[in-house]
This record gives sequence, structure tokens and C-alpha cells, in this order.
Amino acid sequence: MNALKKLFGGNTRQFGMIFALVALIIFFQFATQGRTLTPGNVINLFNGNSYILILAIGMVLVIIAGHIDLSVGSVAAFVGVTVALAIRDWGIPWYAGILLGLALGALIGAWQGFWTAYVGIPAFIVTLAGMLLFRGFNQFVGKSNTIPVPSDFQYIGSGYLPEVGPNTGFNNLTLLLGLLAVAFVVFSELRSRRTAKALGAEVPEGWVVATKLILVCGAILYATYLFATGRPGTSFPIPGLILAVLVLIYGFIASKTVVGRHIYAVGGNRHAAELSGVQSKKVNFLVMMNMAILAGLAGMIFVGRSTASGPFDGVGWELDAIAAVFIGGAAVTGGVGTVIGSIVGGLVMAVLNNGLQLLGVGADLTQIIKGLVLLIAVAFDVYNKSQGKRSIIGMLTQGFNRPSGGTPLQPDEVTSTKETISREA
Amino acid sequence: MTSLNTQSEPVLLEMRSITKEFPGVKALSDVNLVVKAGEIHAICGENGAGKSTLMKVLSGVYPYGSYNGDIVYQNEVQQFKDIRASEHAGIVIIHQELALIPELSITENIFLGNEPVKRGVIDWAEARTRSRELLARVGLREDPDTPIKEIGVGKQQLVEIAKALNKSVKLLILDEPTAALNESDSQHLLDLILGLKGRGITSIIISHKLNEIEQIADSITIIRDGKSIETLNVKADGVDEDRIIKGMVGRTLESRFPDHEPKIGEVLFEVKGWTVGHPQVQDRLVCKGSNFFVRRGEIVGFAGLMGAGRTELARSVFGRSYGRFISGQIYKNGKELHLKNVKQAIDAGLGYVTEDRKSLGLNLLDDIKTTTVSAALKKITKGLVVDANKEFTVAEQYRKSLRTKTPSVEEGVAKLSGGNQQKVVLAKWMFTDPDLLILDEPTRGIDVGAKYEIYGIIQQLANQGKGVIVISSELPELLGLSDRIYTIFEGSITGVLDKDDASQESLMKLMTSARKTA
Repeated sequence: MNALKKLFGGNTRQFGMIFALVALIIFFQFATQGRTLTPGNVINLFNGNSYILILAIGMVLVIIAGHIDLSVGSVAAFVGVTVALAIRDWGIPWYAGILLGLALGALIGAWQGFWTAYVGIPAFIVTLAGMLLFRGFNQFVGKSNTIPVPSDFQYIGSGYLPEVGPNTGFNNLTLLLGLLAVAFVVFSELRSRRTAKALGAEVPEGWVVATKLILVCGAILYATYLFATGRPGTSFPIPGLILAVLVLIYGFIASKTVVGRHIYAVGGNRHAAELSGVQSKKVNFLVMMNMAILAGLAGMIFVGRSTASGPFDGVGWELDAIAAVFIGGAAVTGGVGTVIGSIVGGLVMAVLNNGLQLLGVGADLTQIIKGLVLLIAVAFDVYNKSQGKRSIIGMLTQGFNRPSGGTPLQPDEVTSTKETISREA
Repeated sequence: MTSLNTQSEPVLLEMRSITKEFPGVKALSDVNLVVKAGEIHAICGENGAGKSTLMKVLSGVYPYGSYNGDIVYQNEVQQFKDIRASEHAGIVIIHQELALIPELSITENIFLGNEPVKRGVIDWAEARTRSRELLARVGLREDPDTPIKEIGVGKQQLVEIAKALNKSVKLLILDEPTAALNESDSQHLLDLILGLKGRGITSIIISHKLNEIEQIADSITIIRDGKSIETLNVKADGVDEDRIIKGMVGRTLESRFPDHEPKIGEVLFEVKGWTVGHPQVQDRLVCKGSNFFVRRGEIVGFAGLMGAGRTELARSVFGRSYGRFISGQIYKNGKELHLKNVKQAIDAGLGYVTEDRKSLGLNLLDDIKTTTVSAALKKITKGLVVDANKEFTVAEQYRKSLRTKTPSVEEGVAKLSGGNQQKVVLAKWMFTDPDLLILDEPTRGIDVGAKYEIYGIIQQLANQGKGVIVISSELPELLGLSDRIYTIFEGSITGVLDKDDASQESLMKLMTSARKTA
């Protein structure tokens, strides 16, 4: 069972979330009599949630660094309306509109980053102010009107991969994308295994790797099949593509680069990070700025999808993004969290939303259920940490643990960090 | 109440074959502890030996039923189900990290959870009167309305004891009470514990400072690897520090410092006229025109009482990471350096191992390998990407060479013992390959065996031709380790002594008096 945990890179919390996501999908698949895993519904799910998931990517970095951003919905709306106006009134082309939107996002981010990092005002306050400010700007600039955007701009929010090549009955580009993803997963897994072996680090058994690859690739191929066989004219959606690229880039930044290390370091212990040469103000500035750029992007995608910008775009998005991050295993105190975990957390919420809708559950009940899911997911995390256990899966499989593995060094110390601090020294 | 002959005193507490297991590990196995009424009983053992676990069993943190064995207290078998139950019986534990609330006043802290109530309303007049009495008993002259954050750690410790007295304590447990205190505060506290003994209060004290134990304890129980090894009667058995160490480590340590032949070269690092202001208080100086130098291969000690400005000096030199820089020059190899931030200091070949490992030195969420490379990420990156393989190799290398006890370098640093955490911090700074390494209280809270190893590492660094500065509150440590010792008093360097001229007395004299000649 230990080996099974290793399937997902030893991150049992993430494993638990993926397990929950799969269980949820299977449950709804049965409950809705197969209406969940249809091409149309899956495409819809991605289209309707990509902007929240993009926000979650930025938000997890903000939360890892020990901050929070409440302004993302307002920032998204302000950027959306500005870009829509610029395209309509100044007649700039769609790509210039996107560049303008990203630049405006960066400017807003620099503003909030300045107050947070250099003046030292808690991000909660800065972005609470930002939430009001930019909502106000949105309605002021747009005069609380709905501003339509042209169809080529709509492509980023509601477009699909085009049909190219011979008629195979599938969308060829989607197929290609799926196959590339499979090849990438297999290649990177085998490569990291080989180098770990060469270094003498512990590597999982061969069958574990094989099972993991079969499961992951199977899931990718199945998703590819769903996306490639949608009703004519649809295929893998452009927002999904943007999301996938961002997940790859930010996942890489967070786990493999110096900047990523510094974000975790600042969130984990700012003083220790500073005394190790990390320029924490710069790091804080960057995460706040990055968040606003992604919020701008999310706002533009939403405008593209809904074909117009409106005065109430993005209301409540910040809460959805924050919920996704915390369900995905981040810690309120900072220093903990992953990009992929937040995406999984966001997908759990999205699937829940979608499944309940398909079942005809009302918005009132849906909110109640979502609230409880958030609470229970985090409560589980807190409880397990206080018990020195790792996850729901770890608990279920306790009896199967091999005696040699998984025994903590000093069980006395596998409690919360705070307790460890007070006990030691 | 007092007695001249402790032998005939009745037994207050007996813990009989206490066994406490955690999944997979026996933290305590068949531990016996007998504490007589009215004595000061010390518990000694290396970190991780099980001292804290034993005290948690006693105070009900681990409730009855979660351990095997009996607690007999005042001739009755006790079944404490939580801390309140043990406090009710008169057993009060004072943890090393004080449980006081900084924003509340002394009175509010003393009566927290125990407020005197008149008709449902807190009777502050009564509380204030009683806290004045309690403060007088512990010898603390402070206004009971003073907020806790405005008094020093030494005084806070006294407030904790006043709080315990208010709970009509019979058995007081002190976990490392002097770890954060300077010499005079420590002495005051020890005198107070002796005074309480005179008034019939029994104490159990856990401490790494063996000289203090030798000074005040009547009996010593030694715990090693979760077992009680022996109980020594200090007066009857003629116990000294070496005897205690022998019991703790299970062998005699020939010497507490490894042998070292210094190979001292030319001047490596020099600071002139270093003046730094307090970060908040406008007119206060924390360093007043300090001059000092370090030669290649030299271990230089900095002695001073807590609050004398040792850490402030070190941190302000280390890339101005403390205080307001006012004036002064830094020279390395004769060239002046202008270090405006920590990054520049590291790039210029400086390293600083912080005093407070937990809050300043480590990210407790990180694992060993991440920590090891965190101050020199540049050395293992291609472009901006961290090379995970190199990271692993480097961490593994230091794990082996420093003999860090851990199953793997992927283990979290929070799970390591103090000594092993310190080794990881040392590895982190050794990997930056500094020319000058400043170590601030490098062995605080670390057990004897690990201290010996850390001294060895420090000497090795000096042998490689690096300059090493050691700041320490423990004078024997400075005397054993340093080639030369500077003394600091109220922000000024008051003297410098060569190893052979220095003694505890001569250092203490310089540490407590202003410089006579400029």
C-alpha cells in the first residue's frame, strides 16, 4: 500500500484528492445515468471553469507565500471591460487587446504588490481595498453597461482546436495533443526514475511505475477520446489549452526553479529565508503582480466566452479560487501547496457543481453542499495532521502498511510544526 | 518544613515502570522515578532520551490509559486525564517556551484561566493585590499592570512561577528554565527555586546546563534511550559534571572538546568603527564603534551577556540584516566591502548561522535536501532551474560527512532532533563555502554528544583556512573552542583575550564592565 502511495510521488494528500475526484466523477456518472462523461458535458465543464482554475494557479502561489488575494474577481472584471472598450472604441485588433489586458493586469499587480511587499500592509487589506477599487473602476469605465467583443476575440473564451488533416472521425489536433501528453508523461517518469536510480535514491518497484503510467495514460487517452468525439465543430477548447499550458509552466516554476523555491521559503519562514539571502520583498511583489496578470487573463477569457463584458463579471471568483487552493491542500499559514493540487481542488468543486446541476439540484442546495465539502476537506487535513496520520487513504490502509516502511522517526514529533517548535530546542 | 536530611523525607511522587509507546517506537520503557517531598530533583538525558515524554505523562498531556505503569502521588495512584487534573493535584509544569500572552498584563497572565470572580465579574482589585504578593514572593519588582511584552525573558520566567504559585503548586516541573536566560537571570531563578524548596515546594528540573544541576539538585535521575539508568544522590555520591555526562552518554567522554592545533594565517576579515542604531528606537545604539578582526584559520569567540549586542553586531555585519546602519567599514583581505543586503554578504563569502534555529534558521516545512541547498541555490542551478539531482547528491554528501542521523535526506527537518537540525543548518552554510562563518549560539539546546561533533566541525572549518566567529553564552564553550575571545558589554567591545590568558573570571569581568580606556 505504501507502494500505492508512491504512485503519486509520495504526496499522499494529493493522492487523496485525486482519489476523491475520481470517486466523485464515478458517482455522478452513475447518478446521472451516464450524462457526466459525455463529450458535450466534459467540454462544457472545462469551458465553464477554466478561468477559475487559472485564478487558482495564481492564488496558490499567493497563498504559499503567506498572503491572500481578494481582488481577483474585480481585477478580472476591470481588465475585461477595459479590453472590450479598447477593441470597440479604439478599434485595436484582438491580439493587441490581449496584450493590453496583460499589461493592465501587470500594472494593477504592481500597485497591489507595492503596498503589500514594500509598505508592508497585509495583502488581505490591500486586496480588500482592491476588490472595491477595481469593481468601482469596472463600473465607472464601462458605465455599468454591457460591452460586446468581436468574434475573433471570443475565440480565446469559446474557441476549439480547428479541424486539420484527413477525416478520421476524430478531431486530429486533439488526438495529437493527447498522444503528446502520453509520450511526455511516460518519458519524464522513466527519466526521473533512471536518474534517481543512478544517484542511489530510493525508487519505487517496477510494477508501481507501470501501474501509475497505465492509470495516468489511460485517463489522458479517455479524456482525449471524449474531447475528440464531441459534436461537430467542438473539440479540445482553447481555454482548456491555455490552462494546460499555464499548469505546465507554473508547475515547473513552483517546483523546479529558484523563484519557486524562494516563494516556498518566504511562506515557510520569512526570517530564515531573508537570512539565507532571499529578497522576500521582491518575492512578495512578484506573486501579487503575477496574480493580477492571471486575473486579467481570466477576465478576458470570460469576456470571450460570454461575448461581452458586464458590470458584474467576476463577482465571487476570488472565493472559488481560494476554495480550490485550500481543498487542494494548501495551508492558511503559507509555505504549503502545489499548483497541481489546486487544479485538482478546483476540479472537485467544478465536478460537484456540474453533477449537481445535471441532477437538477437547486443553487441553494448546491451552495450548501459545496460549503460542507470545503469544510470537511480542510477539517480532514487538520485532523490528520494532529493525529500524525497522513491522509484518508493512509487511514483506510493502515493495516496493510508493511512494518518496515512508513514508521516515523520519532512519532512524538510528527505533530504540527508549532508543537514541534515548543517541544524542541 | 525544611529538613536537613533528605533521606528521611517521605516520597511525594513515584512513577512506577512507566512505558509509553507510539506506533512503532517505544519512547519510554519501564521508567522509574522517585521524587521525595521537598527536594529538587533533576532529570538529565540527551535530546530524544524521553525526558519531555515522561513529564507529559506526569502532567496528563498523555492521559491515563495511553501509557502503562502507575503514577503514585501523595500516596495515591493518580489517573490524570488532562493537564487540569494534574494542576488540580498541585503539579504544575512550566514549559521552556513560555505560555504567556505578550499583550496582556502581568496580573492578567497570572490569573488567566483562574480569574477571581465576584458575582460573575472579575475582581481586578483582588487580582492585583494577590499578584503583588505573588510577585514579591518570586522577587520581581514590576508593576503588575505592565504588559508581558515589555519585560525581559528572565522576568517572564518569574511571572510563570508566580502563576504556578497562585495555583498552590506542590510539585513544580521546570523544562529547561534557564535556556534563554543570561547568567545573572539564571542565577536569580536558581536561587528562587532553592527558596521555594525552603518553603516546601518540590521541584523537578530538566536542564542541559549541568553546572546548574550540580549546583542546586539534591537528586538526579538519568534517562537514556527511554530507560531510567540511575538515580544519583548529589551530596552522598559526590556527583560532578563528568559523572552526569558518563551516565547520559553511557561512556566517559575523554574530553569535551576535540583536540585542535590551530593554523592561523594573515588577517582575513576586519571591521572598523562599526556603529549601528536600534531598528525602532531612534537614539539608541546597539553597536558603538566596534573594531575587531579575524585571521585565517582562527576561531574567534564573542562573549557577552544576553542583550549585550553580540547578535546585533553579527547580524548588522551580515548584510545589515539588523538595525539601522550608521557608520563603519568592513574589510576582507584588505579590500573594503559594501554589504547592503544578505545576498551581497553571502556573495562576498560571509555566512551566519542564526541563534534561534527554529524561528530564524530553518523553514520547518522543508526537507533536509531543500534546506541544505537553500542559501546557495546558484551553485546547483542551470539558468533558473534547480538541478534536483545535484541537490540530492550535495545533501547526501553532507549527511554522510556530518553524520546527520536521518533515514533519508528527504525527511522533513522538523522531525530531526536539535543536534541534527543544527548539522543541517551547518551543512547549508558550509555549502555556500564562506570564507568567514559566524556561528551564533551554535550548540544551544543540543546534547553533549552532538556538541562534541559540532565542535569538531567548527575546528575542521578553521583548518580549511576559514575564519570562524563563535558567539556563545557558555563561557566554558568559548574557552574550550576559541583561539581569541572578544568581550562585549552594552554594545561596545570591552576587551580581547588570547586563549591562554582567558579564564571565566577574567571574561566575566570584561563582560560586565564598561571599557576603561578607549
